[in-house]
Amino acid sequence: MRTRPDISFLKKEAIKIRRDILTMLEAAGSGHPGGSLSYVELLIGLYYYRLRHDPKNPFLKNRDRFILSKGHGCPALYAVLANQGYFPREELLTLRKLDSRLQGHPDKAHLPILEATTGSLGQGLSIANGIALASKIDGVDIRVYCLLGDGELDEGQVWEAIMTAAHYKLDNVCAIVDYNKFQIDGSVKDVKNLEPLVKKWEAFNWHTIEIDGHDFKEIMDAYDELDSVKAKPTVIIAHTIKGKGVSFMENNVNWHGVAPKKEHLEKALKELEEQDNKIKKSD
Amino acid sequence: MSELKPTRDGFGEALVELGRKNPNVVVLSADLTSSTRANYFMEAFPERFFRMGVAEQDMVGTAAGFALMGKISFACTFGVFATGKTWEQLRVSVCQMKLNVKIAGSHGGITVGPDGATHQALEEISLMRPLSNMTVIVPADYLEAKKATIAACSFPGPVYLRLGKDPSPNVTKEEDLFEIGKASVLKGGKDLTLIACGIMVAEALKVSEALEKEGIGVRVLNLHTIKPIDKKAIIDAARQTGAILTAEEHTVIGGLGSAVAEVVVKNYPVPMEMVGIEDMFGRSGKSQELMRVYNLTHENLVKRVKQLLDRKRTPSY
Repeated sequence: MRTRPDISFLKKEAIKIRRDILTMLEAAGSGHPGGSLSYVELLIGLYYYRLRHDPKNPFLKNRDRFILSKGHGCPALYAVLANQGYFPREELLTLRKLDSRLQGHPDKAHLPILEATTGSLGQGLSIANGIALASKIDGVDIRVYCLLGDGELDEGQVWEAIMTAAHYKLDNVCAIVDYNKFQIDGSVKDVKNLEPLVKKWEAFNWHTIEIDGHDFKEIMDAYDELDSVKAKPTVIIAHTIKGKGVSFMENNVNWHGVAPKKEHLEKALKELEEQDNKIKKSD
Repeated sequence: MSELKPTRDGFGEALVELGRKNPNVVVLSADLTSSTRANYFMEAFPERFFRMGVAEQDMVGTAAGFALMGKISFACTFGVFATGKTWEQLRVSVCQMKLNVKIAGSHGGITVGPDGATHQALEEISLMRPLSNMTVIVPADYLEAKKATIAACSFPGPVYLRLGKDPSPNVTKEEDLFEIGKASVLKGGKDLTLIACGIMVAEALKVSEALEKEGIGVRVLNLHTIKPIDKKAIIDAARQTGAILTAEEHTVIGGLGSAVAEVVVKNYPVPMEMVGIEDMFGRSGKSQELMRVYNLTHENLVKRVKQLLDRKRTPSY
């Protein structure tokens, strides 16, 4: 059994990551805050609890793999990798700048510790399946986690990959859907309704888990549940809030792909500081 | 020129040889397993063969995942689907990471015959060439397809192999060396060079033989690798023969002819023309009928060679 980190510690880390995301985006002058803020807890649950990984040995053969299929959410991934010690935190401020390793969308050619280049939506789960199949024929015990956006599920390739994972009984594949209910053009419900989403994955022969994607206990419970699922891939449908943690960004699609300006950043950091102080009091 | 054999057969046989030699070779197939000859590998190494169904984009992504784990993956389907449906998956999931994914696109060209336009791939070279890190190979015959497949396996990064459906004559010999990026002169000549790939190499050789009798020396260059292109062989041809005619069973927009022209224009401009499919789709018919209708036969090439020689002799042109 893995030792669960203290939840108040994880909450504080989530705030730290959100501060980093917003600071990076303000410095970059462009990028995607909404969909970066929405999956912070899911990502922390992986890197601080669930994944077998070692920042000092990033190419460890039997490491678990994480693929960010919704590549535009990479500021969150960069922030977590930096805070885990994969590269210096100062480098976060180079995001989207010339000669930076932190490209606007995750690019393995620039930052080799990434598991895959992504950014064109719909491609990550197929890659995850390939890694999982290869590990099975080689008898290497690893898990592959793939985080997808909800808007991304419009892509046909995703459903091809969903069929492949089920057909090959890839119980070492875990898809995580950041179901924040918005895509660029508006609410997912209005643009192209995904419901009934859980039933869709079930019908495709996946084990499904539905959680609150900001609740660390539910997140860690879901990750633990993977150990008992055999001969089936698992999807965690995580209900999240786009722009989570910053009042004026939450559920506001206008913050999908616009970076905060200085005044927004100051306001947001202040809000996050207040949230941080509350954690101190309550825990 | 002995017995006729399709290039896809050479590919299928080479896969089995590779499977025997290299445990890291895996093969994925998008339902056209017998047509692409991937079934030879499937029968020999079922544990390293993966059926992906009619899902080409997913096949390419899965092949990329295998490659990220140190495998060399061959993804097989028809050329139209291998390049058209999956172009952007090849771009991002394969080429941007320079992964060891080898794409085998069979049924290239007009000689797919009766299946008609949807299945006649005429654009693969044009689609694959601009992808950074992609290597593009069009074997001239069965023997070369076999060697090209084996060479592709150990060549770093993504490789596209264009294969044909119809049996075609062998124009190379068993003992010929094959090197990716190195064109081979199959016949000498000083008046003009015919640069061809795929089944058009056989047509080019017929042209050269026919014109030899008329005292015209046509050099035949087998440009099996379109990318990386053999600049030296092309510049030598321009300098030494003063005129170049290209021949491909493929659109002339962006294909072999365009690739050769890019080298010629930048290095040693000489009169040059291109034979290929002229900005149109294919249609149903027998292969030989279609070769004639689309002006790809050696008879047509002879005419085009003579026209180009006239142009060469007219200095003011």
